[in-house]
Amino acid sequence: MAKDVTDRPFTTVSGVPIERLYTEEQVRDLDYEKDLGDPGQPPYTRGIYPAMYRGRVWTMRQFSGFGTAADTNERFHYLLKNGQTGLSVAFHLPTLMGYDSDHPMSEGEVGKCGVAIDSLADMETLFKGLPLDQISTSMTTNAPATILWSMYLVVAEKQGIDWTKLRGTIQNDILKEYIAQKTYIFPPKPSMKLIVDTFEFGTRHVPQWNTISISGYHIREAGSTALQELAFTLYDGIEYVEWALRRGLDVDDFAPRLSFFFNAHNDLFEEIAKYRAARKVWYKVMTERFHCKNPKSAILRFHTQTAGCSLTAQQPYNNIVRVAIQAMAAVLGGTQSLHTNSLDETLALPTEHAARIALRTQQILAHETGVTNTADPLGGSYFVEKLTLDMEKGCWAYFDRLDAMGGMVAAIERGFPQREIQDASYEYQRAIERKEKIIVGVNEFVMENEPPIDILLIDESVSGRQIEQLRKLRETRDNARVRTTLKALREAAANDSLNMMPCILDCVRAYATLGEICDELRAVYGTYEEPAF
Amino acid sequence: MTDKIRVVVAKPGLDGHDRGAKVIARAFRDAGFEVIYTGLRQTPEQVVNAALQEDADVVGLSVLSGAHMTLCPRIMELMKKERLDDVLVIVGGIIPDQDITKLKECGVSEIFQPGASTEDIVTYVREHVRKKI
Repeated sequence: MAKDVTDRPFTTVSGVPIERLYTEEQVRDLDYEKDLGDPGQPPYTRGIYPAMYRGRVWTMRQFSGFGTAADTNERFHYLLKNGQTGLSVAFHLPTLMGYDSDHPMSEGEVGKCGVAIDSLADMETLFKGLPLDQISTSMTTNAPATILWSMYLVVAEKQGIDWTKLRGTIQNDILKEYIAQKTYIFPPKPSMKLIVDTFEFGTRHVPQWNTISISGYHIREAGSTALQELAFTLYDGIEYVEWALRRGLDVDDFAPRLSFFFNAHNDLFEEIAKYRAARKVWYKVMTERFHCKNPKSAILRFHTQTAGCSLTAQQPYNNIVRVAIQAMAAVLGGTQSLHTNSLDETLALPTEHAARIALRTQQILAHETGVTNTADPLGGSYFVEKLTLDMEKGCWAYFDRLDAMGGMVAAIERGFPQREIQDASYEYQRAIERKEKIIVGVNEFVMENEPPIDILLIDESVSGRQIEQLRKLRETRDNARVRTTLKALREAAANDSLNMMPCILDCVRAYATLGEICDELRAVYGTYEEPAF
Repeated sequence: MTDKIRVVVAKPGLDGHDRGAKVIARAFRDAGFEVIYTGLRQTPEQVVNAALQEDADVVGLSVLSGAHMTLCPRIMELMKKERLDDVLVIVGGIIPDQDITKLKECGVSEIFQPGASTEDIVTYVREHVRKKI
């Protein structure tokens, strides 16, 4: 018997024990047709397309946004010129929380974590010179997703582009906000209603748009294990489907437009198993639980972002290596699109230089390493197949517990997923401090007196410029029209059976601000406060 | 004054990323401190009010959004106004090196950047609490 070099247990990043060797023995029950299937065939464990990246390489979609709309528009042009193939908008915190830049709560936050968008006027600037029928755009917006999507749709309208030609994604996933990222505005019930409104509206008017990106990324960043990320995300998916069915929508009308978003952490094989299991579990959920008929309803498409929480402020150039390996996990796991983090993101938003290296990392993977040559290159590996099976098994166990609690909204109200994540994140921190997990440059291989690196500083004048633009807008727009549309919005919000999208579009067309629109909705829906636990 | 060190852990600003705040709150509890977590999105006034009401020995602020140079000086100003000069204020989060001096100038005792261990933070608090002024 071979001997281990250390007494330390061998575990994944998530703390799952790993055997010395995997053989046929551990995957004896694996049935090729039932458990794997060829790429492009149910249950899609091996990927959703027969040719995978031979047909088309994944979309390189760098999340980006800072300062004013004009600043970010410039970065978009720069990234596209450098070979990026899709856009992804990061909004600043006031926008995500439904406040205008001149709200007292926005002080100090304007343009910091993303781009400041207060009204349609900003959105027009953001996409200046970018033909919306030729690019796909992802927008990381959750609580105010209906409003920002409306702004995008009206920009398209003004560019003379038919909505049926638009491609892109709104994140629009409020459940993971309650669970992990905490950027919520309204309570669960009206929030879920607004999301179903987007499903319904998208199906009818913007058929190529992904109306939601059900996200595990933030759950993982909050400190969950890989399994928790997978299980909570897929169960969030179940919850959205349930709410849409209760509205009376046909599962096959909206399910093909559901998309997913996962994290890529450091543990290469655990992550690959997670993506493979995700496709298989979702296939079973959609066919066996929801009895979908359209094959597309059961296909899980996903975006991946490398793990921000895995990067270190110490010796930041090492992050380039971490990101490359994480990105490879995503590709070996069959992702449809990918964001690679920049080396300086534990310090600030990325500089242009750092953002370029991150994009180049994807290009090197795609064009130099050979990982695109064949579909699911790790299929049949005893180790990867066993990890995939275990990941699936763990998922069903969590689903049973969540079902027993009465679904995800009920579980969130009890604090269940939040507590599971907190426990995992504390355990991880302790493992690092006990040196059971080594983080290079942090608890081992430490360097004293590191030279600082150049970082991007957001000019403090951004806030003043943004607020000045907003003041001008409020002076020059047709304020009577704004008042009329806002009044209609508030009346509509009080009526549960009305889809809110048409009213929100009217407000946006009148240049009502995001804060004004959210104020109306807050007045009717109320706001959410996290229960203490 | 009781023997137990009383810590208010607060998240000022709009950011909701509370992993760090929750981890440090738990580490403080495990170290035997009395911990009061304010919850999310606290204004500087709310943070200082909590420090006052809870008779805090320590205020730990977690800021990841880049708004620390607006929020922390304001909190320090209000602390002074409320004569809370003897309360130890520490800050954790995404704080670039160049802001550290400025934060210390306005009265923040220590800044803990990404990668700081909870053990080091606990030790720091034990060694510095109730020793100001």
